[in-house]
Amino acid sequence: MAGELPFEQPLAELRGKIDELIRFGAEKQIDFTDEIARLEERYKALQEEIYGSLSVRQKIQIVKSPQRPTTLDYINTVFTDFIELHGDRLFGDDQAIVGGIAKLGDVPVTVMGHQKGRDTKDNLARNFGMPHPEGFRKALRLMKQADKFRRPIITFIDVTGAYPGSSAEERGQSEAIARNLLEMSLLRVPVISVVIGEGGSGGALALGVGNRVLMLEHAIYSVISPEGAASILYKDAGRAMEAAESMKITAQDILALGVIDDIVPEPTGGAHRDPKKQAETLRGKLQEHLQELAAMSPDELKEDRFRKFRSIGSYAFLQTPD
Amino acid sequence: MLKDLFQKKRKYATIPSEKTKREIPEGLMNKCPKCGAIQFNMELMKNFKVCTGCGYHFILNASERVEMLLDGGRLFEYDEDMVSEDPLGFPGYRVKTEQMIEKTGMRDAVVTGEGTIGGFPVVVCIMSFEFFSGTLGSVVGEKIVRAAEAAMQKNYPLIIFSTSGGARMQESILSLMQMAKTSAALGRFSESGGLYISVLTDPTLGGVSASFATLGDIILAEPGAVIGFAGRRVIEQTIRQKLPDNFQTSEFNLQHGHLDKVVHRKDLRPTLIKLLDMHTVKEVAFHGR
Repeated sequence: MAGELPFEQPLAELRGKIDELIRFGAEKQIDFTDEIARLEERYKALQEEIYGSLSVRQKIQIVKSPQRPTTLDYINTVFTDFIELHGDRLFGDDQAIVGGIAKLGDVPVTVMGHQKGRDTKDNLARNFGMPHPEGFRKALRLMKQADKFRRPIITFIDVTGAYPGSSAEERGQSEAIARNLLEMSLLRVPVISVVIGEGGSGGALALGVGNRVLMLEHAIYSVISPEGAASILYKDAGRAMEAAESMKITAQDILALGVIDDIVPEPTGGAHRDPKKQAETLRGKLQEHLQELAAMSPDELKEDRFRKFRSIGSYAFLQTPD
Repeated sequence: MLKDLFQKKRKYATIPSEKTKREIPEGLMNKCPKCGAIQFNMELMKNFKVCTGCGYHFILNASERVEMLLDGGRLFEYDEDMVSEDPLGFPGYRVKTEQMIEKTGMRDAVVTGEGTIGGFPVVVCIMSFEFFSGTLGSVVGEKIVRAAEAAMQKNYPLIIFSTSGGARMQESILSLMQMAKTSAALGRFSESGGLYISVLTDPTLGGVSASFATLGDIILAEPGAVIGFAGRRVIEQTIRQKLPDNFQTSEFNLQHGHLDKVVHRKDLRPTLIKLLDMHTVKEVAFHGR
C-alpha cells in the first residue's frame, strides 16, 4: 500500500505481513493458503472498520492527499476530446483554474475547475490552486460561451480558498467572485457542480452555482478553512479540528442540510485508490443528472437554479407576521 | 489635562475610576479613534458623526443611519421579527445571538424597509457592524433577498449600506450560500431594470464584499472605509510583507477601479437624491422612446 495516511498504518502493516507470508511460502515451498485467506478476511474487516467511520480529520487528510485526483485528472478520464481554452481576455491566464470544451459521451460540454499542482514546480505555476480574479473571470467567460452555444456546463470544485494576496485585492477579488455568483444564476443551460476535494469558501462557490451540486463521498465544503475559523473563534489555529467538526463540512452533513443534491461514492480508501473506477462512477452520476436536466427548457433551468439557492437558509420569526 | 479636571470634581464618588473614564466620552464627549481629538457629542452629531479634526467617519449603527438618511428619519421596516436559528447546533451560537440582541436592540445585522429620500421612494437595507460584526448569516441573506424582491415588485430603487466582517462561521455552509442567494436575487432585480446603489462603509470584507456589496449599478463608499476580500492580517501572512497604510481603503479601491465615487458622509444624502432623480423617468424628456 503506497502513500498511506497516518490512520491507514494498521492496514499497511497487515498488508506487509500478508505479502511476507506469501513470499516466505513460495521460498520454502510451504502451503499457507488457509493462513493467507484468514489474514485477507481480517484485512477486509479492518478496512471496513477504518473506512466505514472516517472522522472529519481523516477525511481532511484524504482530500488534502497529494495523490488525490485533480480537475485535470477527471477531465482526462471522465470526458474525451478535451480542448483547453485559456485567458480572461482582460488581464491574463490564471492556471489555478482550467477549462475548455470536451465531450461527455456524445454530448459536447464546457468543463472547468480549480487546478492544484502535482509537485512543487506545478504548484508554483498554479499558485497552489488559489485563483486570482482573472481565474474567476476566465471561468465566467467560458460559462457565457457555453450559454451562447447551448452547451451544458460541468464545474469541478477543489480549492482551499481564493488567493488572499495584495495582487488579488488590487484586481478586484471580491467583485470577480460576486460577478460569477450573479451571472451563474442567470445561465440558461444545465450547470452541474461537483466538489471533488476541498470546497473552500467564496473561491469555491464562484464555480458552484449549479442546478445540481454534488460532492464526492469524502469531499468537504465550508465557509472558511478550519484553521481560519479556529484562529477567529478561539484565537488558536491549532484547534482547527474542533472548528471543522462544529462547522459540519462533510458531504454527509451538507446533504442533510439540504445544500447539495447527491453524493458520488468513492472507491474504498478514497478516489486516489482507484482513479479509474472513480472516473466511471463520476461519469455515470453526471450523465444521470444531465439527463434529468435535459428535459427542462432554458427558462426552466434558470428558474430551477434560482429556486434552489433562494430556498437555502434557516430563520424564524419571533411572532407570526400578519 | 481635561480628564484631570473631571476627576477632581468627582473626588467624592465611589464609582471605580475605570467606569468614570468610560462615562465621560460615551455620554458627553467622544474621542476620535484615529486622531485622538476629543469633541462634544453634540458637535460630532451635527457633523454627521465625522471627526471635526481629521475627517474620520465614525461607525454608525442602523438607527443613526436611518436618522441621517431617510426623510424625517422614517423607515417602514420589513421582517423586523426575523431571527437567526442555530441550524448546526454550533457551540455557543445561540447564547451569542441572544447577547447581541440584548446589547444592540437589533434582531440581526441588517435592518430593511422602505422610506423616502428627498421625496423619492426607495427600499433600503442598512447593515450594522455592532451586531455580530455585521456577519452574513441566513437572516441577513433572506432579508436582503426579500428587500430586493420588494423593490422589484414596487419598482423602487434599492440602496444597500454594507458593513461586515464577512460570513457568519456559526452558520457555516448556510452562510456561504447566502452569497449566492443574494447575488441571484440582485441578478433578477437587475434584469428587471431596477436601480441598485451600493454604499460601502467601514469595514466591508469577505463574504459581503464578495457578493451583494460589489454588485451595485453604482458603488459609493464613505472615505477611509476598509473594503476588501481578505483581511489585512491574512494578506500580510500570505505575502510575508507589510502592507501600506492606505491598502484596501475606499481611496485605494477608487484608484483601482473598484468603485464609482468616494462620498463624504455629509454629501451622501444630496448625492443619493441627485442619483435617484436622474434615474427617475421624466415623460417630457423621453421623446425618443
